Amino acid sequence: MTALALSGLQAGYAPDLPIVKGVDLSVAAGETVAILGPNGAGKSTLVKAVAGLVPVLAGRVRIDGLDVTGAPSYRLCRMGLGFVPQTENVFTRLTIRENLEVASDRLTRSDRAARIGETFAMFPDLGARPNRLAGALSGGQRQMLAAARALLARPSLLILDEPSAGLSPKLVAEVFATLRRIADTGVTLLVVEQNVRAALTLASRAVVLVDGRVAHDGPVAALDRDRLGRLFLGHGAAA
Amino acid sequence: MNPQGLVDGLIAGSAIGLGAIGLTLTYSILRFANFTHGDFIAWGAYFTLALLGGLAGLPGLAAPLGPFSFGASLVLAFAGGALLTVALALVLDRILFSRLRRRGADAIILVMASFGASIALRAALEFIFSSRPAYFTRTLQMAQPIGPGLRATPDQMLALGLTALAVLGLHLLIARTAAGRAMRAVAENPALAGIYGVDVARVVRTVWAIGAAMAALAGVTSGLLVQIRPTMGFDLLLPLFAAAILGGIGSVPGAMIGGLVIGLSEAFAVQIVGAEWRAAVSFAVLVLVLAVRPSGRFGPRAR
Repeated sequence: MTALALSGLQAGYAPDLPIVKGVDLSVAAGETVAILGPNGAGKSTLVKAVAGLVPVLAGRVRIDGLDVTGAPSYRLCRMGLGFVPQTENVFTRLTIRENLEVASDRLTRSDRAARIGETFAMFPDLGARPNRLAGALSGGQRQMLAAARALLARPSLLILDEPSAGLSPKLVAEVFATLRRIADTGVTLLVVEQNVRAALTLASRAVVLVDGRVAHDGPVAALDRDRLGRLFLGHGAAA
Repeated sequence: MNPQGLVDGLIAGSAIGLGAIGLTLTYSILRFANFTHGDFIAWGAYFTLALLGGLAGLPGLAAPLGPFSFGASLVLAFAGGALLTVALALVLDRILFSRLRRRGADAIILVMASFGASIALRAALEFIFSSRPAYFTRTLQMAQPIGPGLRATPDQMLALGLTALAVLGLHLLIARTAAGRAMRAVAENPALAGIYGVDVARVVRTVWAIGAAMAALAGVTSGLLVQIRPTMGFDLLLPLFAAAILGGIGSVPGAMIGGLVIGLSEAFAVQIVGAEWRAAVSFAVLVLVLAVRPSGRFGPRAR
């Protein structure tokens, strides 16, 4: 079954200036896909358009077969899309527990308590100090909280925009270990990454975007170093 | 110095605080200074006055309740007046502000739009009700001693009590409930709130409704204790902004404390430098806060 299908997707902030210039992409349920590409390739714009944060200028977005093109982000969240932005991905003036409660306030009180309990069991660092302000957390802890929040809603599709950005190598390893555990639960993962090595250890398939278009789409095993280097550098973009 | 200034200041400050709460909430969520908020105060009072007139013919409702100067009819009229004020705020948002937000209008455009709407709302009140002062009741009340050198009427004590209850209730709502968490989330980052599954448009409507209801309460308590005039809310705008900024944008207890500080400052300034300087007090506090701590005394520290 197809979890996400994009057909001819164009997206950007101005109608006459698309950043994503006609992307066709199909992600199967349970698959883990890495979106790679040089800076300015349109990776973040692509996933933000899917998440309802950037206007779709043309094309269609389907999640689990439903056409959700242009749907607001809160509806997409309620339909099973979890999105973790690269920055500003937690509410810094709310506590860890409140961040999780905002994401689960549509559940009954008992269901909410149970889900938050499960989340704290999965992320013990967060459960150790639930009343700590999210603004006081380190970069890695914020990424964990953002991922925990997204998982709390039990999404069928989880999109992460550069989860390793700004993190130390040790924290990157922790974040990707967590993502691997999430992928093992059957959640479909779409991960935008600049850290190519880390992304390729997680994903089974890589999509390389260059100048807003898909330049490569195939199994990670088929993407050798030379081919990747040519894709990143061959179009004059910085790696 | 006459200690009665304490009571006078608290009473004036409670009305300012109630108004400032709505102002600070709409500012924190919608990111613009809403000049129509003062007019919601006046419209809340006039809606209540109109409904009170409609209930005048019903037997038994006009008889004073206990020690107060008004009957059950004013309580019923206020309930209806508050609902109509909420409806007015929601309609104004729908036909004016939400359209501008959808077009991505800058904050200054929203401020100018609210300034224009404020003039229109005030002119409409004068057209419908005239600019002559009006009263909910003409019953005279004797002020009772409540402490050494301090006197207050039962209506004044009730206004203080209602204000305290409203502020406490609103504070609990924002701090402890799902609606309050959603409001705080939207105030910090509306786009992220949407990603979390929060219906931001619904939160915006909730904030308009709460702000308008608080404005109506401010209008009715102010009208009960002083008088009702079309400019009663507009005249309060400077103290409202001073209280909201002093209390820190987005802070309900801060807005209330800011209102009380402004009210007390005005009351004692009248005794020290004369009544003609009353209006200057709010302005002085506003300038002082903006110069020393723009995020307000009770707001988050600027990073």
